[in-house]
Amino acid sequence: MADLEALTKAFSGIGVDENSLISILANSNHEHKKSLRKGCSKFFIEDDNGFERLHQSTVKNLKLEFKRFRDAVVLSLLHPWERDARLIEKALKQGPRHYSVIVEIACTRSSDELLGARKAYHSLFDHSIEEDLASRIKGSERKLLVALVSAYRYEGPKVDEDVAKSEAEILSSAIKSADKRKPIEDEDAIMILSTRSKPHLQAVYEHYSKICGKTITEDLEAEGILKDTVECLCTPATYFTRVLEAALSVDADEESKRALTRVIVTQKEFMVKEGNVLNKIQGILTGSYKDFVLGLVAGGKN
Amino acid sequence: MATLTVPATVPSVTEDCEQLRKAFSGWGTNEGLIIAILGHRNAEQRKLIRETYAETYGEDLLRALDKELSNDFERVVLVWTLDPAERDAFLANEATKRWTSSNQVLMEIACTRSANQLLHARQAYHTRYKKSLEEDVAHHTTGDFRKLLLPLVCSYRYEGDEVNMTLAKSEAKLLHEKISNKAYNDDDLIRVLATRSKAQINATLNHYKNEYGNDINKDLKADPKDEFLALLRATVKCLVRPERYFEKVLRLAINRRGTDEGALTRVVTTRAEVDLKIIADEYQRRNSVPLDRAIAKDTHGDYEKMLLALAGHVEA
Repeated sequence: MADLEALTKAFSGIGVDENSLISILANSNHEHKKSLRKGCSKFFIEDDNGFERLHQSTVKNLKLEFKRFRDAVVLSLLHPWERDARLIEKALKQGPRHYSVIVEIACTRSSDELLGARKAYHSLFDHSIEEDLASRIKGSERKLLVALVSAYRYEGPKVDEDVAKSEAEILSSAIKSADKRKPIEDEDAIMILSTRSKPHLQAVYEHYSKICGKTITEDLEAEGILKDTVECLCTPATYFTRVLEAALSVDADEESKRALTRVIVTQKEFMVKEGNVLNKIQGILTGSYKDFVLGLVAGGKN
Repeated sequence: MATLTVPATVPSVTEDCEQLRKAFSGWGTNEGLIIAILGHRNAEQRKLIRETYAETYGEDLLRALDKELSNDFERVVLVWTLDPAERDAFLANEATKRWTSSNQVLMEIACTRSANQLLHARQAYHTRYKKSLEEDVAHHTTGDFRKLLLPLVCSYRYEGDEVNMTLAKSEAKLLHEKISNKAYNDDDLIRVLATRSKAQINATLNHYKNEYGNDINKDLKADPKDEFLALLRATVKCLVRPERYFEKVLRLAINRRGTDEGALTRVVTTRAEVDLKIIADEYQRRNSVPLDRAIAKDTHGDYEKMLLALAGHVEA
């Protein structure tokens, strides 16, 4: 029946359609709800003890979807420094699979924004970001991540092309020697990526393509965090597009979906230009979450 | 405590600028007047003087000083007149250049400034040199020195007093292990020194001594000729006992055969508004001679007068 379809739809997509739920359920009597449960095999199964039981995984997913609007609101309300400090702390706690968030923040914020995050981190957690990263990250990414959050990059346009060229060569040989030493642990590669200005790194990126015939990101395909680093520093639009598309794809996991909120809240100017993604959002997001997100993007044009 | 003395009634900025302009005019330079003014103004006042002088006379005061003065006196006045952040940026930049390179100076700046002072120095570095401090340090240092110095200059340490005693214990143990194995350039050893708050490091080193019997610096003296170890020891000192570190720098600068004016100028100008009094007390305690007397004995002329002014020396 119509209500059954509407109910299923209200719980599909990213976010929940609150208005739809109100109109379906608020006046729904006992019999009506029973028929909804019986008809909705996606969410309910017949329990041996004679009642329609909610799928365990559905409980979990519903919680996450209801939370989405709340999280977006809080994230957008926080001062950017507090927001970034909290995102980093959370990512650190969640473990290696979430470290790309740390890379994202360290590499796509301006020097002063990153600085602000470091100050906020002091206030919130009584430690410095670098001490927490350095003591808790045990894997090969440690040196790179600590160096990236400690950077205070020069922001002027000046670039020394000769140095950029030679640094492209250094990166190339670090990548080629992957079998002897992980590129992510290469001291020179870390130094280049964590101390040079972004315009300089973009020049390095160009030189690399000329020298190697491929872009650095193509050659770093297998290198996870290192690839993210280069992308965020040199071609952030590519990185964000990739993250958004992953969030909106059919088999997106919770981690990817959370990235949606994070990117939209923190990258308003980028979002305004992303016509393609915005169309997809219209179709996939729902409810207050969708309204809020679209509102944020519209506001980003200011 | 600072040693800089500022007169109870300070002349107006305009007057100061006029007097300085007068000091430059004519054939000679009135060094005494320069010392009397600049040697008795704090950072804010000096900044105002520089701005007003530039507005009034269309010339940067530092440029004028550079033209009029020379040698050690010029250097001490120029370095002193800069504001603290610019000064640190200037000294750090010098320390990365080939002929004046100094790992010690880079470490000194990174470790004896507060987190925000170091930050301001990094900002001033951008403005003045159109690069980041860390790029230059990375580019001009190598090996273990780079491994230690880079995180030191990039640090933004937490500045609270909170100390985690469990952590102090475990990190003291870690340090002891690494040092016993002569793994002086170990990642974790460097991590502790470069990222922990000063209060935390202090607690860790106290625990180290209580548990293992020796001061960490005693254990780091295994090879007196090893320069990296010397830098490590100096790093530790700067982090927990800066006044003792500076006392030693001064002692070596003044008591050597000949004087290390570079070090003397650097310590006096960078600490006069911070803790030169405490350092001077330490100096007297250690050498049985007041600092200003030692400076007077080892230097002369206008250079001596400027140093003494900054050190708070009052003519008898």
